[in-house]
Amino acid sequence: MHELSVCQGMLRQVAAIASEHQASGVESITVRVGPLSGIEPELLAQAFPLASAGTVAEKAALIVESLPVRVRCRSCGAESESTPNRLLCGQCGDYQTQLLSGDEMLLASMELTT
Amino acid sequence: MCDTCGCNITPGNKHLVQTDGKLARTQDGKTAVTVLKSLLSENDHQAAHNREHLDRQGVLAINLMSSPGAGKTTLLEATIDALGGDYKFAVIEGDLETENDAERIRARGIPAVQITTGNACHLDAHMVHEALHQLSLDGLDILFIENVGNLVCPASFDLGQHRNVTLLSIPEGDDKPAKYPVIFRAADVLVLTKTDLLPVLNDFDPDKAERHLRALASQVPVLRASARKDTGLDGWLAWLRAERDAHRHRLAQGETLRPAIQPDGSRLHALTEEPAQHGHRHTHHTAKDA
Ligand SMILES: Nc1nc2c(ncn2[C@@H]2O[C@H](COP(=O)(O)OP(=O)(O)OP(=O)(O)O)[C@@H](O)[C@H]2O)c(=O)[nH]1
Ligand SMILES: [Mg+2]
Ligand SMILES: [Zn+2]
Ligand SMILES: [Zn+2]
Ligand SMILES: [Zn+2]
Repeated sequence: MHELSVCQGMLRQVAAIASEHQASGVESITVRVGPLSGIEPELLAQAFPLASAGTVAEKAALIVESLPVRVRCRSCGAESESTPNRLLCGQCGDYQTQLLSGDEMLLASMELTT
Repeated sequence: MCDTCGCNITPGNKHLVQTDGKLARTQDGKTAVTVLKSLLSENDHQAAHNREHLDRQGVLAINLMSSPGAGKTTLLEATIDALGGDYKFAVIEGDLETENDAERIRARGIPAVQITTGNACHLDAHMVHEALHQLSLDGLDILFIENVGNLVCPASFDLGQHRNVTLLSIPEGDDKPAKYPVIFRAADVLVLTKTDLLPVLNDFDPDKAERHLRALASQVPVLRASARKDTGLDGWLAWLRAERDAHRHRLAQGETLRPAIQPDGSRLHALTEEPAQHGHRHTHHTAKDA
């Protein structure tokens, strides 16, 4: 599963930010993922202890915030909540929609001990 | 490898993380940092760098994704046979094990680099970068990147390609776009492969596959291909020709392109700069001066 590689990439960013702030440890890491990112929150949580062992984030809590799938309709302009495999307008049913949220995989914030 | 061209992404690579850390000191003396960057920032950075390599040489890079055995290598073989006289191709092959696919391509006189990923179920931009430096991009028209057969993981990793092709073979069933929305949403073109099997596997309804794709808000073309029938590749070959011409045209105007599906939600929520505006310089070596 690619969640391990994603987690390793994230931890390299975390380590760089921690060292930039001369932190001695990382208390928590908050990430935001949407269902259309291709990242499974549970798999990310399972990968985290493996990937973080021996790093500055070894004791950190991983907080995963799941974002909803939302679309804006290009035909009628309505915004509606949607599901990953039916990204249609909730108002008029048109398929010409723009994704407003749901494909994020963001390192949102971190808490450092200095 | 990455070291030689100066773009190795390490914790020391400061520009990746510098200055977008908004600071706030919490009451208990801890420091809270707002980051808001993609979890795959370093991959995206490397991908932008790969795209620069390709654009400098005028090469169109096409990433092929599908489940194992959907017919990616067979489609490439047939494409080489059909267009090999007009275009100069190269292929990067991703597989968990074996050099088999690269050998099939080399047997046709086309340069191919095999990346064996071991237990990684997808290619990433760093692996592709290493492979790029093993190829001569000079005079190439199209570089194909055959991703690891997998309908889940490859979609999350930008490799520096310009276009994504997702293949769906008839034996897999017409509901796959509904089951694997991430990879089908990433497609710039959907190719239904092994269409010679439609008369036998007649519960596959191509229109239904297309409806499932449209439900992902995708407007991309759906093409049908068969490597078993000579006439089965016309739509695909026409698409390739048009893409290659459009790419040359764009590059002539100093523009490039990325696969059509941009991470919209991420872009709206992140502080990060567009990877396309990847401004700083690296020193490069090409396969020739290596
Ligand atoms: N009937 C039929 N069989 C095909 C067609 N294209 C490929 N095949 C067969 O499907 C099998 C797998 O084809 P490959 O081209 O190796 O598939 P692939 O997607 O490259 O496989 P991996 O790289 O292992 O993921 C082979 O036995 C091919 O001969 C087609 O158009 N029609
Ligand atoms: Mg293959
Ligand atoms: Zn995986
Ligand atoms: Zn609407
Ligand atoms: Zn390079």
